[in-house]
Amino acid sequence: MEINISINGESRTFDVEPRTLLVHLLRDDAGLTGTHIACETSICGACTVLMDGKAVKSCTVLAAQADGCAVTTIEGLANGDQLHPLQEQFWEKHGLQCGFCTPGMILTANQLIASNSNPTDEEIRHGIEGNICRCTGYQNIVDAISAAAAQMRE
Amino acid sequence: MIPASFDYVRPQSLEDALAQLREHGEDARVLAGGHSLLPVMKARLADPGVLIDVAGLEDLSGISESEGSEGGVRIGAMTTHAEIEASSLVRGKCYSLVEAAGAIGDVQVRNRGTLGGSLAHADPAADYPAVVLAAGAEITVVGADGERVIGADDFFTGAYETALRAGEIITSVRIRASAVRGSSAYLKAAQQASGFAVCGVAARLALDGNGVVASIRVGVTGVAATAYRATSVENALMGSAPSAESIRKAAAGAGEGVDALDDFYAGADFRRHLAGVYTARAIGKAWIRATGK
Ligand SMILES: Cc1cc2nc3c(=O)[nH]c(=O)nc-3n(C[C@H](O)[C@H](O)[C@H](O)COP(=O)(O)OP(=O)(O)OC[C@H]3O[C@@H](n4cnc5c(N)ncnc54)[C@H](O)[C@@H]3O)c2cc1C
Ligand code: FES
Ligand code: FES
Repeated sequence: MEINISINGESRTFDVEPRTLLVHLLRDDAGLTGTHIACETSICGACTVLMDGKAVKSCTVLAAQADGCAVTTIEGLANGDQLHPLQEQFWEKHGLQCGFCTPGMILTANQLIASNSNPTDEEIRHGIEGNICRCTGYQNIVDAISAAAAQMRE
Repeated sequence: MIPASFDYVRPQSLEDALAQLREHGEDARVLAGGHSLLPVMKARLADPGVLIDVAGLEDLSGISESEGSEGGVRIGAMTTHAEIEASSLVRGKCYSLVEAAGAIGDVQVRNRGTLGGSLAHADPAADYPAVVLAAGAEITVVGADGERVIGADDFFTGAYETALRAGEIITSVRIRASAVRGSSAYLKAAQQASGFAVCGVAARLALDGNGVVASIRVGVTGVAATAYRATSVENALMGSAPSAESIRKAAAGAGEGVDALDDFYAGADFRRHLAGVYTARAIGKAWIRATGK
């Protein structure tokens, strides 16, 4: 079936099998491998992307369900060479170690900050419930999101 | 993990969706948010030949004040958990539904999953069943024989089983507004890994001018194979002016005699015990809200 998705601002048409998952479309057909696959069972959040501004686990969305939507992946956040504040602060605050969870974390955090420009640490922890990190112990991730929110308020 | 092959159709109207369901019969499944159905299909525990995506249908969407003297709220079946969580209209009419929606999974799950999908799936550990039972919600469904309304008490018939007939689609859920001196609450003990309810209790009550319980309903999910009403608790408190002590005493009966689920995470006795504890807490919270204290 033919579907049309705006990926990081660029309208693109794909011919996919109905069973194609959005995460596979992004990685294999669109060549955007920044979206990671870990658990494949809707638990870990590594595959999180924004669909019409909302964080979704792309391993549990059919590409067909995204037809007509705007999808943002980690590749779509930076503005040229200028990192997005979330990317910058994950770097500054050491919000990552292996980096596998990072794209998903950042996109979930993106929705969180969009709806709450000044989240408390507790709100951040609640907001990233659906993203699992096996390395950091979360503290630096919370710090990075908090710092990014502050930077974006400026 | 990729599901087995299927055909995907996106009907443009409810009539079209019903026609598609009729045409494909047993081989077709309705697709809403996909957050119960797709995991099951990826695990190859289900392999429908046709998915009928109803998520975008106008007739199944939106939250509005429902007509009728009691001024309730009508929630379209395709309303997402996130939309319910954020709705001030729903909060005003049925606080516990907002609490249940906010307690489901995580942000990503709440952005995709829908009220109608959750009710149709009827997971024994899902959150909404407790609330719709406590609220006495009316579930409107439409099928080949037209529309009918199913009361929450008659809707859940077993684990993953409902009163929905083949080819029927849930269109909306109607909940009457809380009484002036009334409110509700939902609380759950979540399974640590999955977040689903090991025990979830919704309580809804109304007080008369003297602080006497004029109506009360309690719904319990996660404890048994099917969500149920704790009628003995309701009967014990009906017509009395409650106190923290009387609520605790009455609530202890919420798990009594229940054929409880039993797994490595929570044994049957523990689940029955949780039912009592969470029933007391949920009633207490609804009572405090109702009295405005
Ligand atoms: C990681 C994760 C965590 C979760 N945690 C929780 C939790 O804590 N609490 C909880 O309650 N739930 C939880 N869920 C389940 C979630 O709430 C689902 O969204 C919900 O159960 C199903 O809604 P859906 O819209 O995704 O339905 P779908 O998956 O699309 O459909 C589910 C079933 O309902 C049928 N159906 C859908 N819509 C209709 C309709 N309108 N009429 C008739 N039949 C219909 C489908 O054919 C299918 O059989 C979780 C899910 C995931 C993936
Ligand atoms: S890969 Fe999608 S949630 Fe883990
Ligand atoms: S940095 Fe390794 S999983 Fe989060």
